[in-house]
Amino acid sequence: MEILVCARRVPDTSENEIELNTDGNDIEREELVYSVNEADNYAVEEALQIRDRVGGNVTVVTIDGEDGEEILRRELAMGANHAALVADDSFKGSDGRGIATILKAFVQKGHYGLILTGVQADDGAAQVGGMLAAMLDYPFASLVNSITLEDGKLKVSREIEGGNREMNEIDLPCVLSIQTGINEPRYVGMRGIRQVASVPIATLAASDLGVDMSAVGEAAARVKRVDYFVPASGKGAEMLHGSREENADRILELVAAKGGLK
Amino acid sequence: MARIFAYIVHRSGVVDDSAAELLAAAKKIDATAVPTAILTGCGPELEAARSSLGSGFGEIWKVANTALVYPNAELARQALVRILPPGSIVLVPHDHFGIDLSPGLSIKLNSAFASDVLGIDGIEGNFLKLVRQEFGGQVSAHVRCDISSGAVINIRPGAFKPQVNVPAEGVVIDKSSEVGDLTARRRYLDTIAAEAGDVDITKHNLLVSIGRGIQEKDNVALAEELAEVLGAAVSCSRPVVDAKWMEKSRQVGSSGKTVKPKVYLACGISGAFQHLAGIKGSPFLIAINKNPKAPIFQVADVGIVDDLLEFLPELTNKAREFRGVAAK
Repeated sequence: MEILVCARRVPDTSENEIELNTDGNDIEREELVYSVNEADNYAVEEALQIRDRVGGNVTVVTIDGEDGEEILRRELAMGANHAALVADDSFKGSDGRGIATILKAFVQKGHYGLILTGVQADDGAAQVGGMLAAMLDYPFASLVNSITLEDGKLKVSREIEGGNREMNEIDLPCVLSIQTGINEPRYVGMRGIRQVASVPIATLAASDLGVDMSAVGEAAARVKRVDYFVPASGKGAEMLHGSREENADRILELVAAKGGLK
Repeated sequence: MARIFAYIVHRSGVVDDSAAELLAAAKKIDATAVPTAILTGCGPELEAARSSLGSGFGEIWKVANTALVYPNAELARQALVRILPPGSIVLVPHDHFGIDLSPGLSIKLNSAFASDVLGIDGIEGNFLKLVRQEFGGQVSAHVRCDISSGAVINIRPGAFKPQVNVPAEGVVIDKSSEVGDLTARRRYLDTIAAEAGDVDITKHNLLVSIGRGIQEKDNVALAEELAEVLGAAVSCSRPVVDAKWMEKSRQVGSSGKTVKPKVYLACGISGAFQHLAGIKGSPFLIAINKNPKAPIFQVADVGIVDDLLEFLPELTNKAREFRGVAAK
């Protein structure tokens, strides 16, 4: 099966404290550590496991500037067969619909039976997979936390409330958005990335794909971020500034006083 | 003014809390709005849901269809596309159903989509002014959403406080025949219940709860030692389960367990809304995190900025003294 995974390079929130810049209109981007979006990495691992069971190829695509190559190399080192960077100045400022429109054009240049995305990226919108499926008129399932393929039939479970799982059968081709925790992504070291340093990465522009430009870029975006801000906090926590020892004592007093020790 | 619709989630004939929250969100768009409820399903459960729907909706659009006995978003989307008038504003709860339904719905309706909205500052011209969060809640964002060709808005559960509503007529309009037959290429099979774990975290007065800040599997023992001395249970947030450091049955949050302890000790937990949604009953919340900007400090009662791996052993030592337990 030909599997496509849509991945994105994002600031790594486990490595960074996200702060506003001095103008208060954007986050401070100078010293950010970037990596592949966590859910997308699980999606790549899942695609590799499916390929290894049933055969075929895994292609990873990202829409980004030149820096996008960094995560593509990483996913190639994990074992993806192909990688493509879709880059065009006109894409800047696209909203979710714009991104899905670009991906649709890319998908239509290939023959993919299964398309995976991460469930959500740094903006927490969880939107591109569902939009892409609707544009392609493919069936869609979100929050997927297991996939089995038997006799050409795809069975997926979705994460629903309370840790329960909703089982579905879904026709191919389809789009699935993958939830974190679905598998254990393999480790990739610097050595692995160096080994794929010479693997060619296709770079494609809007004109190569025949992207519908009426839905792409800042001018077409119907949903736009005006600025970032830090909300006026509620009461906030009472911060303890004592020594480690003093803080530990205080916490134990509070745990006892508030009924934590039964 | 565009017409506002609210998709009503219901289970076993009981309307979900989100219905009243969508109504509150609609009033933030337009204080005079009398939104229309959309209720899909079939049989006695649909009727029971209709009668348990609170006041405040001008019309209730009922879609009875045996294919909608289970809320499969692929089918619900088809139904909605057939009945919604162009330019509608459609409010949907941002839960596992709304995440499934709404992005595709916005494409099929050719309208804008705003996801996981937690604040609405009214309308300016053709733009709805919204508040969202990014980077796991570390920063908020003002967002403008062009509603000139309608919009689908996913509303964060718990973000809008239900209001006392002026009774509205609540006229039931049966839209079933307009919907007609539904066929999906994704078929619901069954629901697998969460596995019960070795420890029931919902039954403890004190939870020592760990997040990504615990850094690696071997460090989980630091929390377990503390919990043992204090007679508490160890629970966790999603990244700890994703990394397979603890069982799913220990996870607190909307996709895990809902807990009601008296005291909640959040250790290295950033405080994503999905996690906080699993903490009920307003426990006394103590947060320890090395990041002073962690969102958890907004909701905690007491906070400490410290390295968990240093602080937990100290706390365990002190707890042994406090409880008169000899050190091992």
